[in-house]
Amino acid sequence: MDALPHADWMAGLAALLVAMIRAATPLALAAIGELVAEKAGVLNLGVEGMMLVGAVAAFATMVTTGNLALAVLAAMVAALLMALLFGVLTLSLMANQVATGLALTIFGIGLSAFIGKGFIGIPIDGLGPLSIPGLTDIPLLGPVLFGQDVLVYASVALTLAVSLVLYRSRAGLIIRAVGENHAAAHAIGYPVLGIRYLCVLFGGAMAGLAGAYLSLAYTPMWVETMTSGRGWIALALVVFATWKPGRVLLGAYLFGGVTIIQLHAQGAGLAVSSHLLSMLPYLATILVLVLISRDRVKIRLNAPACLGKVFRPES
Amino acid sequence: MRKVIRPGGPVLSRRTLAAGAAAGTLLAASGLGATRARAADPLKVGFVYVGPVGDYGWSYQHDQGRLAIEAEFGDAVATTYVESVPEGADAERVLSQLASGGHGLIFATSFGFMNATLKAARQFPQVKFEHCTGYKRADNVSTYMARFYEGRYIIGVIAGMMTRSNVIGYVGAVPIPEVVRGINAFTQGLRSVNPEATVKVIWVNAWYDPGKEREAAETLVAQGADVLSQHTDSPAPVQVAAEKGLYAFGQATDMRAFGPEAHLTAIVDDWDSYYVDRTRAVLDGTWASTDTWGGLSTGMVAMSDYNDALPEDVVAAAEAARVAIAAGTLHPLAGPLTDQAGTVRMAEGEVPDDGLLLGMDWFVEGVQGQVPR
Repeated sequence: MDALPHADWMAGLAALLVAMIRAATPLALAAIGELVAEKAGVLNLGVEGMMLVGAVAAFATMVTTGNLALAVLAAMVAALLMALLFGVLTLSLMANQVATGLALTIFGIGLSAFIGKGFIGIPIDGLGPLSIPGLTDIPLLGPVLFGQDVLVYASVALTLAVSLVLYRSRAGLIIRAVGENHAAAHAIGYPVLGIRYLCVLFGGAMAGLAGAYLSLAYTPMWVETMTSGRGWIALALVVFATWKPGRVLLGAYLFGGVTIIQLHAQGAGLAVSSHLLSMLPYLATILVLVLISRDRVKIRLNAPACLGKVFRPES
Repeated sequence: MRKVIRPGGPVLSRRTLAAGAAAGTLLAASGLGATRARAADPLKVGFVYVGPVGDYGWSYQHDQGRLAIEAEFGDAVATTYVESVPEGADAERVLSQLASGGHGLIFATSFGFMNATLKAARQFPQVKFEHCTGYKRADNVSTYMARFYEGRYIIGVIAGMMTRSNVIGYVGAVPIPEVVRGINAFTQGLRSVNPEATVKVIWVNAWYDPGKEREAAETLVAQGADVLSQHTDSPAPVQVAAEKGLYAFGQATDMRAFGPEAHLTAIVDDWDSYYVDRTRAVLDGTWASTDTWGGLSTGMVAMSDYNDALPEDVVAAAEAARVAIAAGTLHPLAGPLTDQAGTVRMAEGEVPDDGLLLGMDWFVEGVQGQVPR
């Protein structure tokens, strides 16, 4: 790399960190939502589909009303309805969760394309980064800590909130109990299905938020299948992070970070095949998460024992 | 009239398709071939796309061609399209179903459909197939593609005159000769007006991933690029240029809406006239297997309107290049052509043949980055 003056180095590093956090945010949002659903024992493979429906709902609302807050809300509601559909099929009608989740993704791809037909090629003023006079101008830390858009802060706050609720509150204990042993939770008198519904709906709303981030902030536009597989990466993150919110966030940043670093390495003329570099985010994320959580007993303890299992209240 | 079939979509459409296929087989068996049986029957024209029609890029432009056929022939034709078809076994299934469903002319619009098209063509000799960007032909299979590299030379000229940092960012999709050729033609155009300028290439290893394209574009800007070019399908890089107050060029379709000030011009894939001509040939009964490689001269490659902000001398230089390429007096990749190592690959005055263009896997001097192996 060319020798850069000190100030340029700082600016470059700040740009890299900002980009890393930006790339990680949609993954973190979707993964945290899925984590809650899985902690309650429901495996929803429809994240990609829910994200797409959220993305198109946000974009369509933004184009028609011009109101960002309304657009974000619409994304969450639209994806929540998708999750409700999933809940009705798998929780009330006891359909297979894996098959239903896959179907939900395919349905979401089609539905979002159908809704989005009229919104292709329309530009919007998306959700821009914050600019706090004084704070955002601090070298390096300014842009990274104070120059992001609100959804980035939301993703960190929600991760923290989910972590606190799951592990430091009674509600979290109940959710985990339902995911670990639904028969026992039922016997004590907890409404297993009701709790699972709530967790699945939360997962949907978060996937919608992730979709809104893509179509409003990350790349403010609507194009079909714009998630490009990020829903699946979010799903994998949950497993590799062994169902721990903090590690999900760490995994997302790692994935985002290596993605950005490999692009910078290419631009700097690093003599490594770009095919190999493209693999790097996946390899690095899996490697690190597997290493930090390689204790098999702990994985077993963390994986919800009733994940994906059908619950019949009368049994 | 059109029918949308989405692979993996609702069961209903699959069933309809299966029923259609069965009906088509019956028709064929009873002597009413898959081509037009009576003058009153419309010619059924099928399209197979690799991406969604809503990609606002490659598949979108092919679909514009389909709409042009409908506009031109009205009730004399009925078109069908199947979008987001994976390259491979699925493509063969879709092509056979379209053929047995009574389609007389089928356009397969991605390189990866090549072998599937050939197989389907052997199975349905009475159906005419058109394969985009391929090189295998048969009696009932034509191939066609466009010389996009001609347009890339022109945007190279514009970039060379508009850059201040002398670093141009180029977001590459996947390292195949088509993309490498485009980068080389761009660089030749760039250095014809600005020998100091260099091209920085970042590969995203995807044709279409708005998020990754955005990050690649941002990286290029962070590394000093002040003009962006792209060989990926989403308008994300144009948006980045607009955000940063820099310049960019649209890909496949006019992307001005995503950065009215940044978007200098776009290389537009214009399949309309080719599709209309080929459909007319089938209707007239004059269709024959051909290999078409159209460019600026045939209108298959077109430049969208120049940005009003472009200085007059830049527009003049771009136009001069466009006219010369269309007239055949200027070849974008004519010698002298020197590769990155400084080896002269083609001497002054030499013009590359299509074989060399189709197999191009090395960068010319002035490109930073490398062709992954």
